[in-house]
Amino acid sequence: MREFEYLRMNTLQEACSLLSEYKEEAKVLAGGQSLLTLLKLNMISPSYLIDIKFIPELNYMDFDEKEGLKMGALTTHRTVEKSPLLKEKFPVLPETELVVASVQTRNWGTIGGTLVHADPIGDIAPPLIVLDSRAKLISADGERTVPLAEFFVDFFMTVVEENELLCEIQIPALPAHTGVDYQKFSTIEAGIKIAGAAVMVSLDDGLCKDAKIALSAVAPVPMRALEAEEILKGKPLDDKLIEQAAQAAAAEADPVTDMHATDEYRRELVKVLVKRAAKMALERAKAA
Amino acid sequence: MELAKKWIKVTVNGEPRELLIKPNITLLDLLRDYLGLTGAKMACISNSCGACTVILDGMAVKSCSVLAMQAEGSEVLTVEGLAEGDKLHPLQQAFIDHAAFQCGFCTPGKLMSAKALLDENPQPTEEELRRDMEGNLCRCTGYKKYIEAIMDVAQHPVKYSAKEG
Repeated sequence: MREFEYLRMNTLQEACSLLSEYKEEAKVLAGGQSLLTLLKLNMISPSYLIDIKFIPELNYMDFDEKEGLKMGALTTHRTVEKSPLLKEKFPVLPETELVVASVQTRNWGTIGGTLVHADPIGDIAPPLIVLDSRAKLISADGERTVPLAEFFVDFFMTVVEENELLCEIQIPALPAHTGVDYQKFSTIEAGIKIAGAAVMVSLDDGLCKDAKIALSAVAPVPMRALEAEEILKGKPLDDKLIEQAAQAAAAEADPVTDMHATDEYRRELVKVLVKRAAKMALERAKAA
Repeated sequence: MELAKKWIKVTVNGEPRELLIKPNITLLDLLRDYLGLTGAKMACISNSCGACTVILDGMAVKSCSVLAMQAEGSEVLTVEGLAEGDKLHPLQQAFIDHAAFQCGFCTPGKLMSAKALLDENPQPTEEELRRDMEGNLCRCTGYKKYIEAIMDVAQHPVKYSAKEG
């Protein structure tokens, strides 16, 4: 690692103030489960490392029946995995966490850090996207809230400005008869993911009132499969329709060929994973 | 740019330590290079293998991916802190009894992950154990004996606490 000045923050205000001052010369450190690797390989060399991991006001989880969930950006993956509140209200999140990296990474790594790192293979973004989550950003100049579906711009790039911090993730309360599921595939359990699909369906009077599909590892960002969603919306969901939507999602995906898989294989996986996730989401929606 | 070293206070294996370190080092560097605790290993450099696993404030973490400065004020347990004098920790004894390790490189990491796991969930199912040990890769053994050893400790705590080193 090249040298940097290490600054541990105690308050959010302190962090915002320093970010305004140092801007692109600084990197923000939370759990460092992605950042440390970049630092060790000298892929980044900030002059200042602003450690926000220990800011108490960024670590919380609050739920309100009407407002939904608000969780601080420093909530660890392990906290999400183990949370009784989330198991009750948004079970897809603790379930997804079981396949995120390893226990050790989840113990120290944070949701906020993962989202801002914006690796398109990340597992937690697609479920959060189909849950209609929002990201609250804060800076010395004020705050703004961005739908998570619009948060990701490109590989490892988000809308977060140089002087901004992601401070909170908001998830609206689920409408009645809504089900969500996430399916992923990797060649070994804890290995690099080849493809992932999150599906949300919301039913009203037997018809699909709303559907959202988000895919990981098959585009530069966790992408929505918008055409696939349109196929499902407004209609009664059956196997044939789900199959159609899965095909559409596979066509919309924009995967690469790399050492882990070919683009063809990834597209094929999207078809299978969207189908599985949609069927599971539908079952849950009916039961909800 | 020659940057200043920083003081860090950290309790390691029950002993409070105060060290002057460069900020651009990992917890693994601190343990191995500053404290001579070479049980935790550097293997993959990519935060993938778990050979560097230690227990930080009760949580298993990969010390190669925790900045040393983040351990300020915390308690760290390494493999060197498992045995009580001559008396091996039950997991250490079980690893020997089951011939769980071959080259031993991944073993300290396995011990620390297993200890953290059993401390939190003393009676895991085998499925839970296999899943939660996924963060500790082993190139020699094929995992089976490690899992058997840990399950043995989980299922027979009395047998292992009664054994002398």
